[in-house]
Amino acid sequence: MTKPTWNNSVVKWIDDRLPIFSFMHEETVEYPTPKNLNYWWNFGSLAGIVLVIMIITGIILAMHYTPHVDMAFASTERIDRDVNYGWLIRDIHMNGASIFFLVVYIHIFRGMYYGSYKAPRELLWMLGVLILLAMMATAFMGYVLPWGQMSFWGATVITNLFSAIPLVGDAILSWLWGGFAVDNPTLNRFFSLHYLLPFVIFGLVFLHLWALHVGKSNNPLGIDVKEPGDTIPFHPYYTAKDAFGLGVLLIVYASFVFFSPDFFGEPDNYIEANALVTPAQIVPEWYLLPYYAILRAFTDDFIVYQVISIGGFLFSAKLAGVIAMFGSILLLLVLPWLDTSPVRSASFRPVYKLFFWLFIIDCIVLGYIGAKPAHEPFTWIGQIATTYYFFHFLVLLPVLGKLEKPLAVPDSISAAVTKSST
Amino acid sequence: MADATSTAPGAPDEGESRRDFLLIATSTVGATGAALAAWPLIDQMNPSADTLALSSIEVDLSAVKEGQSITVVWRKKPVFIRHRSKAEIETAQAVKLEDLADPETDKDRVKKPEWLVMVGICTHLGCIPLGQKDNQPKGEFGGWFCPCHGSHYDTSGRIRKGPAPKNLPVPPYNFVKNNIIKIG
Amino acid sequence: MIKTITAIFTAFLLSIGTAQAAGDAPKPPKQDWSFNGIFGHYDRASAQRGFQVYKNVCAACHSLNYVYYRHLSGIGLTEAQIKAIAAEAEVTDGPNDAGEMFKRKGLPKDRYAAPFPNEQAARSANNGAYPPDLSLMVKARHGGADYLYALLTGYGKAPSSVKMMEGMNYNKYFPGHQIAMVPPLAADAVEYADGTKATVSQMAQDVTMFLSWAASPEMEERKRLGIKVLLFLLVLAGMLLALKRQVWSDIHK
Repeated sequence: MTKPTWNNSVVKWIDDRLPIFSFMHEETVEYPTPKNLNYWWNFGSLAGIVLVIMIITGIILAMHYTPHVDMAFASTERIDRDVNYGWLIRDIHMNGASIFFLVVYIHIFRGMYYGSYKAPRELLWMLGVLILLAMMATAFMGYVLPWGQMSFWGATVITNLFSAIPLVGDAILSWLWGGFAVDNPTLNRFFSLHYLLPFVIFGLVFLHLWALHVGKSNNPLGIDVKEPGDTIPFHPYYTAKDAFGLGVLLIVYASFVFFSPDFFGEPDNYIEANALVTPAQIVPEWYLLPYYAILRAFTDDFIVYQVISIGGFLFSAKLAGVIAMFGSILLLLVLPWLDTSPVRSASFRPVYKLFFWLFIIDCIVLGYIGAKPAHEPFTWIGQIATTYYFFHFLVLLPVLGKLEKPLAVPDSISAAVTKSST
Repeated sequence: MADATSTAPGAPDEGESRRDFLLIATSTVGATGAALAAWPLIDQMNPSADTLALSSIEVDLSAVKEGQSITVVWRKKPVFIRHRSKAEIETAQAVKLEDLADPETDKDRVKKPEWLVMVGICTHLGCIPLGQKDNQPKGEFGGWFCPCHGSHYDTSGRIRKGPAPKNLPVPPYNFVKNNIIKIG
Repeated sequence: MIKTITAIFTAFLLSIGTAQAAGDAPKPPKQDWSFNGIFGHYDRASAQRGFQVYKNVCAACHSLNYVYYRHLSGIGLTEAQIKAIAAEAEVTDGPNDAGEMFKRKGLPKDRYAAPFPNEQAARSANNGAYPPDLSLMVKARHGGADYLYALLTGYGKAPSSVKMMEGMNYNKYFPGHQIAMVPPLAADAVEYADGTKATVSQMAQDVTMFLSWAASPEMEERKRLGIKVLLFLLVLAGMLLALKRQVWSDIHK
């Protein structure tokens, strides 16, 4: 691309020495984008904006928060009651976490439906999975900071998982805790890491966008860009569309912040942490529920566990659950190789489309089960849903790609768009 | 929307001008929203309600006898309150304005002449002057003496000798009752 | 088709309800609170009566640690009233110049005085049970204000199917039905300053109003600002949609 000529002399002076303006022009103004993107493509930019909102509100909250077990809860109450607009900034940050995951999950499902993870975008997809993992770690630690009952007990349950690691589990656990239980050292280090990770996410997002700009965007038809007529410049078309999408998101976001700020939360977290009183039910935030369900599915009498633990002197149902929980996300990393279909978009894969929606239902069931107490019938429903989850990735996708007969794919984006407008 | 364009030569065609108008209008609304949204992010750093609650204190002076000084803390700063004797008041009132580095009459510095209220931070570089207790040096003018660089304050707290440029500042205060003042 | 099934399925799951409160207590009936809905506000008269109930009945055992006396302007008390209420309390301050802690009258800048100095003292005075702090109680329980009102009016004789443990009281809405707190409200337990008849349900309603304010003092400002923000965003989103359509008009010819 030729460098644009800058009329403003200050801009030109800077650009000659550090071509930031030319760079921005090429990547956000000229960037050739398929002209047939639908609104499911808005969610990437929305995720980026929510990340920035979380960082800004988070830095402000850190100006008023005290990361000490004796003062953390009181400092959050002070923010709510005495800091100017403290309640607003806290509500934006609290609900922003849920909005962030909502947007990112839709963004991921879009990728799964339209085959955006397939060649040449495998690394783009894998960076996305790393972003998801970093988000989960950030959210988990952030939830501990208010030091409510759920903060403390959620931290206790999840950190205790590390003791399932054979031989070194207990050493790792006390290293993580900085003591013999979740206590002040744990809270302090979680605060430090919670402040750090979003900037790691920021860096991963930069790499994610860089990878995107190499292979350029996918599109609902899943076919490559063949001619210049297939694309339009990102600005003004997609800047305008993304701005509208942002307007809609802000309406949804503001509805929660102003009229139902505790909708996504748990009442127990308005009780200060008490190491001697366990809440009736320990429940993570909604966006972590599916993984929690997978973790708890592995009971001693779970047939799948019994099959895979043959021999098992180092193995335990607890360890199996931990491996399955992290495995359910790490599995996503190899999705580009699990799905063997040469066709990207589910629009032309009618059988896959069916199983995609079945997969969504499975995720919702897992989420529902994650919030339920750990007894029948919830346990066996969770076990079925967990088995199906792994079945979808490890059996269904590889087999379906080979056996499925896809529909005829259009010749080009332009051809398809012209055809649909006549 | 009214058709603002004329058919005069050189005028932008209707579609373009409508887009410009919409763009300008939307940008203005958006920018206004952004500015309004930015305000809480800035205001949160202003003193919070609990800090402001400490911004004024009430002091009961009934226990402070004539010739006695007390120090109270107001906004994290020491405030000297002295129940002056007749001699101290007369000395303070007799000083000529030309003799003062920071000219101020004693009357302008007190509400009731027997009560002197001032912030006990030397106006030179911020040390706390001595003189609140009888066993402390009071300087050559019978008031307060700052040991850091030798500033002398008189019985009205005015700078008389030494490097300090200004008199000890008088904070805003009021007598809410005969013997109770509210500072701040 | 599949999308419809997913939507219906999700709605079905949501209707079953999220994690139920532990125990078999029934859901508290919904009340018609003035603070419900997008125009919600606190009934100041009710909140002030509720404060009277808290002060004269609940404060004997329950602290209100996150409310400071100066916050009480939020329920419409004047500066003079707040000073008088604060002055009734004895607060430990210090150390003084002699190094001793001393007692003084409460000031508006102080926290609401707690009945016990710490949890252990509270337990020891209440047969081992700890009367929880009430500042956030309405937000800390499933059912919120509805639950609190139901609890306060839900005492009664235990049905024959429930075997009461020693020292416990039967309550219809408390999870497990056995609560250590004795029924706190009895008719005319408080003489209301504004002359309202102090029935148990009236006092329960008023103290719930007060405690709802105590848990969410920002609610009125939040909803007022929310209406302004949402109206603004609706207008802005509309303009952004129009702009988007304008920009795309040459593509969608």
